[in-house]
Formats: sequence, C-alpha cells, structure tokens
Amino acid sequence: MATLEIHDLHVTVEADNATKEILKGVDLTVKQGETHAIMGPNGSGKSTLAYSLAGHPKYTITGGSVLLDGEDVLEMSVDERARAGLFLAMQYPVEIPGVSVSNFLRTSATAVRGEAPKLRLWVKEVKEAMQRLNMDPAFAERNVNEGFSGGEKKRHEILQLELLKPKIAILDETDSGLDVDALRIVSEGVNRVRETGEVGTLLITHYTRILRYIKPDFVHVFSDGRIAESGGAELADKLENEGYEAYTAKGGVSA
Amino acid sequence: MAEVQNIPVGSTTAGSIAVAAESTVATRMSAPPSFDVADFPVPHGREEEWRFTPLERLRGLHDGTAVATGTGVKVDVQAPEGVTVEAVGRDDARLGRAGTPVDRVAAQAYTSFEAAGVITIPKETVLTEPIRVSVHGEGGVRYGHQHIELGAFAEAVVVIDHTGDAVIAANVEYVLGDGAKLTVVSVQDWDDQAVHVAQHSALIGRDATFKSFVVTFGGDLVRLHPRVTYAGPGGEAELFGLYFTDAGQHQEHRLLVDHNTPHCKSNVVYKGALQGEGAHAVWIGDVLIEAKAEGTDTYEMNRNLVLTDGARVDSVPNLEIETGEIVGAGHASATGRFDDEQLFYLMARGIPADEARRLVVRGFFAELVQQIGVEDIQDRLLAKIDEELEASV
Ligand SMILES: Nc1ncnc2c1ncn2[C@@H]1O[C@H](COP(=O)(O)OP(=O)(O)OP(=O)(O)O)[C@@H](O)[C@H]1O
Ligand SMILES: [Mg+2]
Repeated sequence: MATLEIHDLHVTVEADNATKEILKGVDLTVKQGETHAIMGPNGSGKSTLAYSLAGHPKYTITGGSVLLDGEDVLEMSVDERARAGLFLAMQYPVEIPGVSVSNFLRTSATAVRGEAPKLRLWVKEVKEAMQRLNMDPAFAERNVNEGFSGGEKKRHEILQLELLKPKIAILDETDSGLDVDALRIVSEGVNRVRETGEVGTLLITHYTRILRYIKPDFVHVFSDGRIAESGGAELADKLENEGYEAYTAKGGVSA
Repeated sequence: MAEVQNIPVGSTTAGSIAVAAESTVATRMSAPPSFDVADFPVPHGREEEWRFTPLERLRGLHDGTAVATGTGVKVDVQAPEGVTVEAVGRDDARLGRAGTPVDRVAAQAYTSFEAAGVITIPKETVLTEPIRVSVHGEGGVRYGHQHIELGAFAEAVVVIDHTGDAVIAANVEYVLGDGAKLTVVSVQDWDDQAVHVAQHSALIGRDATFKSFVVTFGGDLVRLHPRVTYAGPGGEAELFGLYFTDAGQHQEHRLLVDHNTPHCKSNVVYKGALQGEGAHAVWIGDVLIEAKAEGTDTYEMNRNLVLTDGARVDSVPNLEIETGEIVGAGHASATGRFDDEQLFYLMARGIPADEARRLVVRGFFAELVQQIGVEDIQDRLLAKIDEELEASV
C-alpha cells in the first residue's frame, strides 16, 4: 500500500534578498485510499507544502524528510517524483505555448507509464475522460492552458489526474474559482479516482464547500507553516461555523 | 491590431516586441528601388530599414568595402530532366524582371555580380523531383544572382541550401507564369561566422501559386527580404518562415506583399524560437493593398518563442489598405516565453527537462514543418531543432 510520509518538513524561500521560513515542521502521513483535507487561512503555507512535495525549485528544504513507500522523495527531480506516483493539481496552472493538450497528455502518459499508450486505446481513453468532465473535444487541439478559463484549467488538471492515475494526488485549491456546476463536475472526477481506492488524496482548500462533494477521512488545519490541529470530518464543520480566527495570530492561539 | 502576449510592448528587457503604429511602406525606405548601388546612400544605421541591423557586422556589404573573392563560395545545381540550367551574363534580358533592389545591399549585389544563374522550367512541365541548389561557403565573399522561371502551368519544388562560411549579398528572382506552381525552400544553415543578405523577389502570374519556406538557423547575421507582387488576378502566395536564433545571432526577415492586382491572396506565417544572450530576431511584415487590388484576401502572422533570458525580438506587422473592397485582411504578432514555471509544469507531469523543451519547440514549429512536404528537409529541420536545443542545456 502506497504511503507518503512527511516528517518535520521545514521549507524556506528567498524573497527580497532575505530567507524566509514558510514551513515550520510539517508532519503528515497519507496512505493510499485515504483523503486528507488541508484547510487554512491565506498565506499559511498550503501551496508551499504542495510545491515542495512536487519539487518546485523556488522552495528550499531546510529540514525534515518526505518518503514515498520508503523512497526519499526529496532526492528526486521533479519529473522523477511524478513518475514515482506523485501528482500535483496546481492552484494556478501555467500556459504552455506551442504544445497542444493532446500532445502534452500523450507525452506525459508515456513518461509516467513508462511506455507509449497504444494509440487507438489512448484516443478513446482521453475522449471518454474528457466527456466525463464535460470538456469540449476541441480542447485537445488547443495549447495547454492557453486562453482557458479558470474552470477549464481546473478540469484540465483533473483530466490529467484521471489519466495519470497517481499513487498520491495533491489538489491545491482545485475548488477555487469554480461555479457550482463546475465544482460538482470536478468533484465527481476526483471521486472517480478516489473510488478506485488506489490513490491517497491531499485536498488543499480554503473553503469547506468542496467537502460537501468530497468527503475527507481526515481534516487538518494549517496555520503559520504547520498543522495546528487534526481531526475527522467534523473539524470541517467547526471551521465552517467558526472560521480560522482561532488559528491565526490575531486569534491569540498558536500551535 | 497586433496582438501581444506575455511581454509588454516596447520592453527592452529580454524578449520584447515592438509594434509599429503608423508608418507607410513607401516612406519607410530611404531611397526608391534601383538596380544601381549609386542610387542608395551608405546607411548610417538610423534609417527605418536599417535601424535594427548591426551595420558593423555586415562585413562591408553595405558600404562598398566588401570585395568579391571570386572563389570561396561554391554553387551547385542539381535539376531533373526537362529543366534548363544556365549561367548568363549581366545583360541577359530576363534578369531583374521579378523585382528591383530595394536597399543598398541588394543594389550592391545587382551592380556587382558577374554571372547569374538561370533555371527554367518550361511551360506545362511538372517536376516530380525537387531542383536542388547548394550554396556552400568556404570563406569567400560573393555577390550573387539567381533567377528561377516557370512557364505557364509548370510545377516545381526548389530547395536552396546555404551552408558553410561566407559573406554573401544576393538577389533571387522567382517568375511564375500563368497557372504555375512553385514551392521554394530556402535553408540558411550557415556556420556561425557567415553573413548573408538577400532579396527574394517573386512575380506571380495569373492564377499561379507561390509557396515559400524560409528556414534560418545559422549565420552571424542573416537579413532576408522576401517580396511578392502579382502579374495577374487569381495569384496566391504563401510565405512561411522558421528561424531559430541563438546566442549572438542576428536574424532579420523583412517581408513585403504588394497586392497590386485584384483578386489575389496572400498568407504569411513566420515563427521563430530564440535562446541565449544577444540572440536578436527581427521580423517586419509589410502588406500593401493598393487601391486597384479589389477582392484581396490577406493574413499575416508572426509568432516568437523566447526560451531564455537575454534574447530580443522586434516584430513589426504593418498592413496598409488603400481599398475597402477586399475579402479579408488581418495580422497578428505575438511573443511568448518558455520559462521555469512552464518547465516545472511539464516536469511535474513526468516529462524530463530536455524532452520538455523539445516538446515545446517542436510543437511550436510543427504546423509549419509539416507543410514543407520535402521529407529530407523536414527530417533535417527537426534534427537541427533538437541539436540547437541540446547545445543550450
Ligand atoms: N516564491 C515565493 N516567494 C516569496 N514568498 C513566497 C513564495 N511562495 C510563498 N511565499 C510566501 O509564503 C507564504 C505562504 O504562501 P502559500 O502560497 O504557501 O500560502 P497558501 O496557504 O497556499 O495561501 P492561499 O490560501 O492564498 O493559496 C506567504 O506569505 C507567501 O507570500
Ligand atoms: Mg495556495
């Protein structure tokens, strides 16, 4: 069973010639089949955690460890992590000029699966996955994320999630910027992947709204670069009613 | 209006795009077209048509100090049966028909060449194999003239391949008879030192089709001037270009489509990738629709992909319309960047870094490469792109 173990993770960024510590000791274990929601106020470091796990070069790991099935993730390059089974659905997916969605998906699937998918089966697989996400087939010929609306970008991320079938999926604010219909469609996509039981999900969100569609097994409150409190789904209800005030500096409680 | 993405207009930082507001094709030139170099003053660099070009790297082509060496550049023509290949003197009546030199270097080439190459595809001759012209530099200085003429309803593909090291100024003429079809692929695959300045003039007959691919990879300085005019209605021009501008290279493509005849079409698509400190690509796309050119249908586009810091693009599409009685007219120019965030995105999907770059650049050029239709050239181009990319990582 695939397991992602994050232990005492410390991360800094360079900003204005100063080094700033953003993650201040994160501990978290995500197992295949589980869904963990990470909730927290703006700027608490949620995206930093996601990017650090994926290996974004801007973030420097200054302490701690990340293991995927016992393998040291922090030693791996970005592409190696993806091939090892980590997937990050990004909060702000970037546009890639010159690369069509279909070319991108196929190149990516070839890299992750270790062999090129058989063309006929692949075309069918992509077509069906796009249909399920209510995506116009014309998207396949457009350049990656170029001119996509916010909602279209998020669907495209989930399309990749469905096609790449990772062991651990990190979804960074996949719900933000979606209207109710899009939220439902995207959530259904995530649930289809979850229902296979083969993925561990780290669902990063600012709002409880998406948790009505995607039921978490665990909820963690993120504050000031670490997990301030962990609980079951009921913790989300508490946040829904009380907000993050108790966890922010102003609220007077620090973890 | 020109469409600009990602990079602010007029930015002088790495990768910039300048979009000209108003300037007419005619007033932009400092002298009217002429076959005689004496009619052009020596440029000082601030003229509209020279302002992007580093004159000091022209090796004297612009001021009369570059002296032809006689040897040091080999020109070889391979043509299938039915094609006439000649070397003719300066007084041959066919020369100069497709167009008159528009700047000092083209006029210098016209004034200075000793013999011209003339390739004739007789009327109704349909070639199944390309004509191949190889221009290989071995360090020489040359003023050249090449004339390619197709009789009515003739069809041909011509590949002109430039390799090695040379300093060259030349005029190339394409004269298409009625209903003729010509595809030309001009490949500038020079060594790093080469300097190449040329005017390509096409005169498109009634209902004739001209398709041109200009592919520029090499050279220290390449400045090309592809130009098209029409000799009768129904003519079509497709002008495609690809360039890959590396550190220190200056590659400049200045196009003019002169819609001087009713009911003609033109479509211009030039795409360039740039990488490295001091890489400079210039693209000028002038389309003129004269008052008499009713029923014109034209579109021009320039796209640039900036792969690293330190590269600069100047892209100036310019459309001048003197009649409203047209089918369509449009232009677009856009410069995009391939940056670390994009690289991260592709790598986060399992794609290794070098493959990610290849994916982006090949994808960017693919639609153009596929249209060339000459397989060995297509393969060479793709291999060349990969080679350029490997050199960069
Ligand atoms: N590349 C960076 N350079 C400088 N500061 C950064 C960088 N990335 C993150 N930070 C800072 O680190 C802190 C945490 O940012 P992060 O994006 O991880 O927060 P978040 O919890 O995802 O917030 P949000 O809910 O707004 O998405 C913020 O103060 C942010 O400004
Ligand atoms: Mg965030």
